[in-house]
Amino acid sequence: MNPALINSAYVIASALFIIGLKGLSHPRTAVRGNMLSAIGMLLAIVVTLGARGIVAWGVIVGGLVLGAAVGTVLAVKIQMTAMPELVALFNGLGGAASVLVAGAALLTAVDLGRPPAQMVIATAASGLIGAVTLSGSLVAFAKLWGLVSGNPVLFTGQQVLNGAVLLAALGIGVGISMQPEMTLLYWALVGVSLLFGILIVIPVGGADMPVVITLLNSYSGLAAAATGFVLSNNMLIIAGSLVGASGLILTQIMCKAMNRSLANVLFAGVGAEVTGGPSADEVYAGKIKATSADEIAMMLDGARRVVFVPGYGMAVAQAQHAVRSLANLLEKNGAEVEFGIHPVAGRMPGHMNVLLAEANVDYSRLKDMDDINPSFERTDVVIVIGANDVVNPVARTDPSSPIAGMPILDVDKAQTVVMIKRSLSPGYAGIPNPLFAADNTLMYFSDGRQAVQDIIAAVKEAA
Amino acid sequence: MEALVTVLTIFVLAVFVGFEVISKVPPTLHTPLMSGSNAISGITLVGALLAAGTEHTLLTTILGFSAVVLATINVAGGFLVTHRMLAMFRRK
Repeated sequence: MNPALINSAYVIASALFIIGLKGLSHPRTAVRGNMLSAIGMLLAIVVTLGARGIVAWGVIVGGLVLGAAVGTVLAVKIQMTAMPELVALFNGLGGAASVLVAGAALLTAVDLGRPPAQMVIATAASGLIGAVTLSGSLVAFAKLWGLVSGNPVLFTGQQVLNGAVLLAALGIGVGISMQPEMTLLYWALVGVSLLFGILIVIPVGGADMPVVITLLNSYSGLAAAATGFVLSNNMLIIAGSLVGASGLILTQIMCKAMNRSLANVLFAGVGAEVTGGPSADEVYAGKIKATSADEIAMMLDGARRVVFVPGYGMAVAQAQHAVRSLANLLEKNGAEVEFGIHPVAGRMPGHMNVLLAEANVDYSRLKDMDDINPSFERTDVVIVIGANDVVNPVARTDPSSPIAGMPILDVDKAQTVVMIKRSLSPGYAGIPNPLFAADNTLMYFSDGRQAVQDIIAAVKEAA
Repeated sequence: MEALVTVLTIFVLAVFVGFEVISKVPPTLHTPLMSGSNAISGITLVGALLAAGTEHTLLTTILGFSAVVLATINVAGGFLVTHRMLAMFRRK
């Protein structure tokens, strides 16, 4: 096929990616947007197969079929609660592909003569970013899946070691630029970068995973863009930088929603230990009011407005379907029901929204923090299920607390707050939550799903 | 040098387009945005096809084949799971 024709098709594919992402600005147009992106990808693949010099059809078809089969099985079988794990895994695969493609391009270029400096530098960048994305994503996957502990791993001299490893990687990168013929250097760079990727993710704790996944999402895009520089392929550069920008924006949103800097999330190891502040006994002693399903049902009977606030605990307990049933029941009884969703609830941005959408909750009921907060004052009952730090009023009141300044859902302003929780154990930030001891808070100690099912039974009985 | 400036121009402009488009995505769709954009980053598949298909040396073919498999998992799985998720966002 004529190269001009191929490049024109690449321009169309790039445009389809942009239009496709634009479609994601509303749930109504999102399905079509995703399809447009997929069509762009298909177009890019088909015209690439028409490029001159493609001869090994067996290898290509074999690879495509194998990859498509594995990808399809993963996409169809995965549970919605495990979406953060799947996205982490896919990020890693994208990074790995960039490493391999850049490596193959370097080997080919070196065989054909001395490659231009910019190509070699781009190759080193592609290898570094791709390898960090791969190993970082695999560690994130292992933490989320529970293969390794989700707690931060901290040791003395950690920053020094990380700095030294990064310097080593950059040093090898410079070496490659000067001696591209020594292709083994490239694989040494990949090895050191893999180590760096592991080192930067192990100090990050479980609930900070949204930031890590968005950042790795961004890296996977940047790795693809770097590969575009290696191959002088504009489409790769465009698509890669779109994804890079997307990941960066989400990272920014996540950090802002925790009132922390990116550096603090990545290096501080929050969740490892907490010093100072009032102890749990001081906060809770004699002030905790436990409640029952029947009492909650009675309250809900007269409630005109009920708001559910879900957290990661809802995903763990797989309680989203039970929550939807209860919401439907309350609506049928004449109450207005909405869902208040904190940006960092769950293990990735939008995690709770996907779970509730899976349970058939109308998306117009899912409210952002800024939208729902002014309405808590006129809300009769708030049911918090599996969330803790994101409703902790200490964020507003105590400047010395680890979550100081973090924007929270102001559930304490509602008439009554029902906390569904197994125990008084602290959330990820490791601090007691005075909301549990507040006058208008009732604690319902139970497993999330069981609790909601019991409330449903009690409401039905009362009716 | 001129070629480098051209690709850098494309890179910078694409980043700006990315920021502009993505900042309009509502929080409720952030998970599908991540999986969908992740599928797009599987565009490396194009480079993988060239590496796997040109039969340069056995090593580049092996690297290319592995890259095709990994990138295709990324692309096919990413678009499919995004579709699966988006199809659940409905108005009742």
